[in-house]
Amino acid sequence: MSHDPDLIVELQRQAKQVRQMVVEMIAAAGSGHPGGGLSAVEILTVLYHHVLQVDPARPDWPDRDRFVLSKGHGAAGWYAALCTRGYFPREWLGRFRQIGGKLVGHPDMRKAPGVDMSSGSLGQGLSAAIGMALAARYHAKDYRSYVLLGDGEIQEGQIWEAAMAAPHFQLDNLTAILDLNGVQLDGNVADIMPIDPVVDKWQAFGWHTIECADGHDIEQLLTAFDAAQAVKSRPAIIIAHTVKGKGVSFMEHQATWHGVSDPDRLPAALEEVTRL
Amino acid sequence: MMTFEKIAMRDAFAQAAIEALEAGVDLMVLDSDVSKSTRSTVFGKAHPERFLNVGIAEANMLGIAAGLASAGMTPVVNSFAMLLALRSLDQLRQSIAYPRLNVKVMGHYAGYSAGPEGPSHHAIEDIGIMRSIPNMTVLVPSDAAEAHQAFMAAVQFDGPVYLRLARNPAPAVSSHREQFVIGQGYELRAGVDLTIVGTGVMVARALEATDRLAASGVSARVVAMPSIKPLDAAIIERAARETGGIVTAEEHNIYGGLGSAVAEVLGETVPAPMQRVGIRDCYAESGEWFELLDQYGLSVDAIVAAALQVMERKDQVGVTR
Ligand SMILES: Cc1ncc(C[n+]2csc(CCOP(=O)(O)OP(=O)(O)O)c2C)c(N)n1
Ligand SMILES: [Mg+2]
Repeated sequence: MSHDPDLIVELQRQAKQVRQMVVEMIAAAGSGHPGGGLSAVEILTVLYHHVLQVDPARPDWPDRDRFVLSKGHGAAGWYAALCTRGYFPREWLGRFRQIGGKLVGHPDMRKAPGVDMSSGSLGQGLSAAIGMALAARYHAKDYRSYVLLGDGEIQEGQIWEAAMAAPHFQLDNLTAILDLNGVQLDGNVADIMPIDPVVDKWQAFGWHTIECADGHDIEQLLTAFDAAQAVKSRPAIIIAHTVKGKGVSFMEHQATWHGVSDPDRLPAALEEVTRL
Repeated sequence: MMTFEKIAMRDAFAQAAIEALEAGVDLMVLDSDVSKSTRSTVFGKAHPERFLNVGIAEANMLGIAAGLASAGMTPVVNSFAMLLALRSLDQLRQSIAYPRLNVKVMGHYAGYSAGPEGPSHHAIEDIGIMRSIPNMTVLVPSDAAEAHQAFMAAVQFDGPVYLRLARNPAPAVSSHREQFVIGQGYELRAGVDLTIVGTGVMVARALEATDRLAASGVSARVVAMPSIKPLDAAIIERAARETGGIVTAEEHNIYGGLGSAVAEVLGETVPAPMQRVGIRDCYAESGEWFELLDQYGLSVDAIVAAALQVMERKDQVGVTR
């Protein structure tokens, strides 16, 4: 399916903005998680600027689509997407991870508007997203539930308990996205604790799998989300091949930039993403 | 002015683990994808054959440790304190504490020391949880030197031990001590009007509060309590008898931690006016470590205020020391 070229250009523009904000926030805080924030920029942008049925003026709207950032350390990416969508003023970003600010280091649903679930301890978000999807069914609502998982995160056992449950409940209103950037905190996923064959695993658990060869390509993501929404009687997972630290040359693919390994290089990172 | 330790507790731990292995302890160090944060990677680089990274799978890590310990090894598991106290708690209880297996549990980034990561990463319930589990020993060092000693004591002790470590260098308060004895508290400052019992980084703050109190004519004794379980009941009983009032200070929720443990002893021995300095049953926010301590009721001022309250209550109930 081809998409409106104007939409694609607009989403690319938003993604660029989100990417800049991620680096800005982390530079202002002097700490945070650039790698996993940057790998999810396009996914979050497409979600917030196209896929999700939400209303920033009414963050508590009961019929809104839900989103869970299960890899809660990607908070900067989520906050930036929420900000560009109009949930809160840009000034808030400058107080990320700081005392008195509303943008807590890992998402806090009681502090920031638009945050549907608190997270930070990995492996728990898929279960919460299942709960949201089930609630929609019990309440006869047609909102959908989305959840973003890290590829290191799916080493947690709870993920597979949830992976077993969602197809059993036939949750076709649930879409998971796997941020397959190949890197976790201590190193490469393939070296620390391999997850392959990852697509086969989700299929074996009963999920409809959609591979997205380039999780930074807006059009590919749009196509993947369309496909996910069309699936009936079972949940779908978009397996998005991404680059950890995408957009900052010295951060790309580097486990050392999961967190901020050298605050002195953050200005250079900011310059790079501004030039993009 | 406090002098700060040059190294953090986690670096002291990594060094101690290397020393313990080289001294012949049948050590196995495990981590769950936070080895750069916990510094277990330093041990792993020195002794790769004795290091296992199990990925982001804390429950599995505890289970593997149970198996290793059952076969006679001394596994040392590493992760963030809040994850070990909560995420893999059932595995700790069923597979380690219940069968009394020799596993050392290293709870890193404890209290507010994960700072800007926010409440999801702050460990404020771990002491209470660990203390309530039969067979567990619970140690809370105040600084890097004590962390090193406590680790050595832990690996020489046969049984499950929880060691609670802060992320960043802390003020040095313990380094003059010869050795670490599990179950022992230490009087750091003599005093006659009341006793401040502190643990972890709050020991340094208790010492500062004492200086402040001395200026207003109150002579406060300071007892450091790095061993929360077993607790040094004798030193508390003596403090209550000799000074007549107690303040506890801990970087932990007000329920279940040091304050609760001390109150239990006082209630059953020498009841005395007491105030607890701790987190007032809430989750905090992002912020720098010491900023959060000050904001959430753990400031030096808070200890001073609690001490003055105890003095007032002593007057009211007519405690003559
Ligand atoms: C249960 C749990 N274990 C460990 C951590 C510490 N931690 C935070 S992020 C991370 C690595 C995550 O890697 P991945 O899921 O691949 O995320 P991404 O690459 O997208 O940043 C770890 C181990 C945590 N937050 N929660
Ligand atoms: Mg990853």
